[in-house]
Amino acid sequence: MFRFLILRILQGILVLWLITVAVFALFFVVPSNVARTLAGRQATPRTIHLINHRLGLDQPILKQYWDFISKAFHGDLGYDYYHQIPVTHIMAQALPITLSLAIGAAVIWMALGVFNGVVSAIHPRSVADRSMTVFALFFYSMPSFFLGLMLLFFLYYKLTLAGYKWFPAGGYAPLSQGVGQWFLHMVLPWLTLALVLAATYTRLTRSSMLDVLGEDYIKTARSKGLNERRVTYRHALRSALTPVVTQFGIDLGQLIGGVVITETVFSLPGLGKTAIDAITQQDLPVIIGIVLFASACVVVANILVDLLYAFLDPRVRLS
Amino acid sequence: MALLEVDDLHVSFDTADGVVRAVRGVSFTVEPGQTLGIVGESGSGKSVATQSLTRLVAGAKITGSAMFDGLDLLHASQREMRRIRGRRIGMIFQDPLSSLHPCYTVGWQIIEMIRAHESVPRRRARQRAIELLDLVRIPNARARIDDFPHQFSGGMRQRVMIAMAMALNPALLIADEPTTALDVTVQAQVLKVMQDVQADTGTAIILITHDLGVIADVADEVVVMYAGQVMERARRREIFYQFHHPYTEGLLASLPGHGGTRDRLTPIPGNPPSLLAKLDPCPFVPRCPYVFDKCRREVPPLAPVHPDERHLSACWLEPDRALQFEWESSKFAQISSTAHR
Repeated sequence: MFRFLILRILQGILVLWLITVAVFALFFVVPSNVARTLAGRQATPRTIHLINHRLGLDQPILKQYWDFISKAFHGDLGYDYYHQIPVTHIMAQALPITLSLAIGAAVIWMALGVFNGVVSAIHPRSVADRSMTVFALFFYSMPSFFLGLMLLFFLYYKLTLAGYKWFPAGGYAPLSQGVGQWFLHMVLPWLTLALVLAATYTRLTRSSMLDVLGEDYIKTARSKGLNERRVTYRHALRSALTPVVTQFGIDLGQLIGGVVITETVFSLPGLGKTAIDAITQQDLPVIIGIVLFASACVVVANILVDLLYAFLDPRVRLS
Repeated sequence: MALLEVDDLHVSFDTADGVVRAVRGVSFTVEPGQTLGIVGESGSGKSVATQSLTRLVAGAKITGSAMFDGLDLLHASQREMRRIRGRRIGMIFQDPLSSLHPCYTVGWQIIEMIRAHESVPRRRARQRAIELLDLVRIPNARARIDDFPHQFSGGMRQRVMIAMAMALNPALLIADEPTTALDVTVQAQVLKVMQDVQADTGTAIILITHDLGVIADVADEVVVMYAGQVMERARRREIFYQFHHPYTEGLLASLPGHGGTRDRLTPIPGNPPSLLAKLDPCPFVPRCPYVFDKCRREVPPLAPVHPDERHLSACWLEPDRALQFEWESSKFAQISSTAHR
């Protein structure tokens, strides 16, 4: 077990290193015009040269990469090109927003997805099952930018026109401004993210539950005279959740690294939106910082899922 | 008085291909403390017939009656059935590898059984679970109670199933092919455990199997099923020495090492009929070596074979055919020897 863990962590580090190389390489394939953007339209070649020199962009790529890596080991991801703010600081400001979005949505999609999936599975081909399927397919096939815009159109625009100003048009209200404001700002982004994922989880839970309900040990549970609720939740769902939880860990890990589309639609300055802005401005230190963090989230989530899997399924524990 | 009296049991399923009539008018009785063996090929309806008694067969249409200790199982409410299952009727199934929940310890699963029906403190239930594991001869039960099913071998898991099914001293234990998935040496151990538990607790057993060797070991009375119907019903001795029905004869003849010739198996030609189709008046007609005109015209009733009132057979052949077989069937002596070991 311990050996396995060490191995996974080493693998993770290798993945992260490869990602820094890839991002660096990509960045330098595209001709850089950071200095030109910074210096403005009238800039003389000398100004541009000075800017490039100050940002270190005139150094050889390998030297730049080495500087980045050696600083990164000390937790310093450099400064952004435009405002000279530490990248770690930018990320620390964006992270709570993405966390609010991802975790809040996770609660909703897990609750919806698992509940709907279970209901579908215990009455297969019933009206409830069919309507869950329609619900799932409807949201599953909907792009989240479209869903987000629809929610804004109906729940913000139409409601506000009708005189009910319940939801804001976007933006973020930190928890320090009160839970109520924070909550209202997050509801529509949560729904946008959660409904699409809930659809996936409904299908996943349903098929996993259907598999488990056909197992012999469910027949055993019924033959013990247990009531149907106990059979469903303590016996069937216990096993059926294993693949769901695995998927959940991976999805959540991915989202914590930034939720690009939803954050953009609702102008939430989280990691996803920050990354998009940085990319359009070719702000390399910020891009690398966020990509590195996002990859680290995925890597860590995968390791955690493996550990969790061993915890959930006793058969994995010993081998 | 009989513990279980099943009368004219019919079970059918609606499928996309039509109605499958899996059980077609089966009747039998189980006396307290006795073992009833039900034999037949795969698809003869033996499992469906017994599992439908506890109403655990999804999508089955069940008619007839099944009086268990004064309660009609087929018309009881779900609530009443839940009180019966586990507490009054214990069940064990064919595949011990998949019948126990992989995510819970065996102790947890036995304790759950006890506490589903009796409000006893967890400590007492645990103590009882350890005693039960001892009873089915799991070595070092006190330590192994916290092990997961995958840490036990197949035979051990079947013993755990027996321990769990016997946790509340049920009056009836339904064992659906309990030894089929086990290898031969383990089969004998598991059967022995079942017999010992029966001797200890006085539970009645319905033992479903396709293995006549298993029946020869433990059954008091035997029901031979074919195509959802009872072909022959008699005490064990009669089934092995004075069988009447050609199907019973075919089953006995096809036992390896016990057939007519030493080196060759003697199979019953053909396959069991599809239960979707309309059958001949006697369903065994297409495979019966003794078939004659009347078999194709009239349904043979399950009637006593002269002179024994308790030996029933559904066949038009002469009743005293059963007696003629007494001396011919010395070739089956070998099977019965296993019955007395």
